Amino acid sequence: MNKPVYGLMAEFENPSALVAAARAAREKGYRKLDAYTPFPIEELTDALHLHHNKLPLIVLIGGILGGLTGYLLQYYVTVIYFPINVAGRPLHSWPAYIIITFEMTILFAAISCVLGLLALCGLPMPYHPTFNVPRFALASRNRFFLCIQARDPLFDIKQTSDFLESLEPREVSEVAP
Amino acid sequence: MADQQIDPHVASKKIIAPGYTFGTVTDQIATVVLTKRTPVFWFVGFSVGLVLLLMFLLAVGVLFAKGVGIWGIRTPVMWGFAITNFVWWIGIGHAGTLISAILLLLNQRWRNSINRFAEAMTLFAVSCAGMFPILHLGRPWLAYWLFPYPNTMGVQPNFRSPLVWDVFAVSTYATVSLLFWFVGLMPDLATLRDRTHNRFARFAYGTLAMGWRGSARHWSIYETASLLLAGLATPLVLSVHTVVSFDFTIAIVPGWHSTFFPPYFVAGAIYSGFAMVLALAIPLRAVYGLEGLITDKHLENSAKVMLATGLIVAYAYMMEFFNAWYTTNPYEHAAIWHRMFGPYKFSYWFLITCNILAPQLLWFKRVRSKPALLFMSSIVVLIGMWLERYVIIVSSLAQDYLPSSWSIFQATRWDWMTYIGTIGLFLFLFFLFIRLLPMISIFEVRTLLPQAKVGEEAGN
Repeated sequence: MNKPVYGLMAEFENPSALVAAARAAREKGYRKLDAYTPFPIEELTDALHLHHNKLPLIVLIGGILGGLTGYLLQYYVTVIYFPINVAGRPLHSWPAYIIITFEMTILFAAISCVLGLLALCGLPMPYHPTFNVPRFALASRNRFFLCIQARDPLFDIKQTSDFLESLEPREVSEVAP
Repeated sequence: MADQQIDPHVASKKIIAPGYTFGTVTDQIATVVLTKRTPVFWFVGFSVGLVLLLMFLLAVGVLFAKGVGIWGIRTPVMWGFAITNFVWWIGIGHAGTLISAILLLLNQRWRNSINRFAEAMTLFAVSCAGMFPILHLGRPWLAYWLFPYPNTMGVQPNFRSPLVWDVFAVSTYATVSLLFWFVGLMPDLATLRDRTHNRFARFAYGTLAMGWRGSARHWSIYETASLLLAGLATPLVLSVHTVVSFDFTIAIVPGWHSTFFPPYFVAGAIYSGFAMVLALAIPLRAVYGLEGLITDKHLENSAKVMLATGLIVAYAYMMEFFNAWYTTNPYEHAAIWHRMFGPYKFSYWFLITCNILAPQLLWFKRVRSKPALLFMSSIVVLIGMWLERYVIIVSSLAQDYLPSSWSIFQATRWDWMTYIGTIGLFLFLFFLFIRLLPMISIFEVRTLLPQAKVGEEAGN
């Protein structure tokens, strides 16, 4: 390797070709690869073995925290901070707390879902090497890209390039870091 | 990929017209935003919105200067127009969340082409709705007192009051709708960033897209996030109008105090919301030539939802009589009697005509397949649903337990200006939205194309 590269990117015409290529690359032993598509493709998630993410856990924790916040806030206000005695009815009137507890659960869960999505995706990310490929703008239109990164142990600019060419892409290009 | 022979009769039943590719779908939707030529329709609609918005600002300015006395609210009808408009607008918003969340969970793929502008509609409707309770406060600059915050006054909101529940429900709804809408927009903002030639637009869309690049890793998390948000928004949307109906049912006013209000309000909300979806979709698709993406099938499905929820609302009206009779409570009897034959009888029978009789036309396929007729029937339903809220609120308050305190509500011109003014605000925001952001979710429409299916050969 003379000059450092981020990886090699192959461009495909349709989702079937990309999924086939991703499977082939996995079979060949490549692990540090990513695909770029204009819409979510379920088969690609399978092909790249991307099933597990921590988002549901983050949302669950957010929801529980929200529910606790809602309930404890109301408990604190109505029982301790500002008790109103209405004809001797219990101060800890839990049925009346349900709605705000529910709303706070949803609110916190939704906010943690969006923040969790951004955090897990590493967004916002103003710069990424893939944008150096001129045709990459089409990844948000109608083209499908597969990128094998240089940090993959099997990566070798010549061999990987030949391998990608063998998958019959439209084009293989080097990705500047 | 074998192209099937598409019979035009079958094509009209599709949720996307044949012949589209990933590229043409993208270009058609993105061009509406990225073009330099803005259609006259847009200028007309935007100007109408702007003029009405200015009228709204005038009405609100006078309101702030003089107080809520400029409205027609007098004891005992202290809720009048403000709360009617609040409930009406919140209800309209519900269809957007139904389309984006509930239909997503139910795997109704036709929602993909209408969810974006329906969600925008939700957001703007909730903005209009949220203003009324604040304007109605009397001292709107103290609106933050509605929230519990550490203060030196030693007081806090009463968490046993449905009005405080409403604050939480509506603010949560507005926040979650905004988040859901924005998450849905991210991939499309990236598309606009990549397609625009204007440096400023590229910077603006690029900033908002936050570096989205369509990575498969991101998509997989993104899909989880959409499902989770949909799962959260579904109970939320049902809860919001339920909580709104609690504002009424928890009071002991005859005509309000009944247990069927929550489902009745939710059905009414979706009814009016779908009417608004149709009222927006029909002119938009005609002007922007989007008939291939928002097909007759979409209009027909929306009309069916409207018909179904309209029937639930009709059932609720019947239950209203039945409950009043069944309680053997003379005040409940009187409330219904006054509603039907009292001072508000014209509003009442007009609302029955708009909400119950007119939509029965939607049973006929010939009506459902004519956009012009659908547009008119959706306007009729919107008027009917507004009258419904008006009649429930005003007629119940005007004549409650004590005949000596009865009084008839008369709307003033400020009431009308505030109400019509929020329609202006809605139009203003909506027209800005269709000019600046893709009104149809581009990436979700791509998934509807037959080319999006991964072929069998990919397995080998």
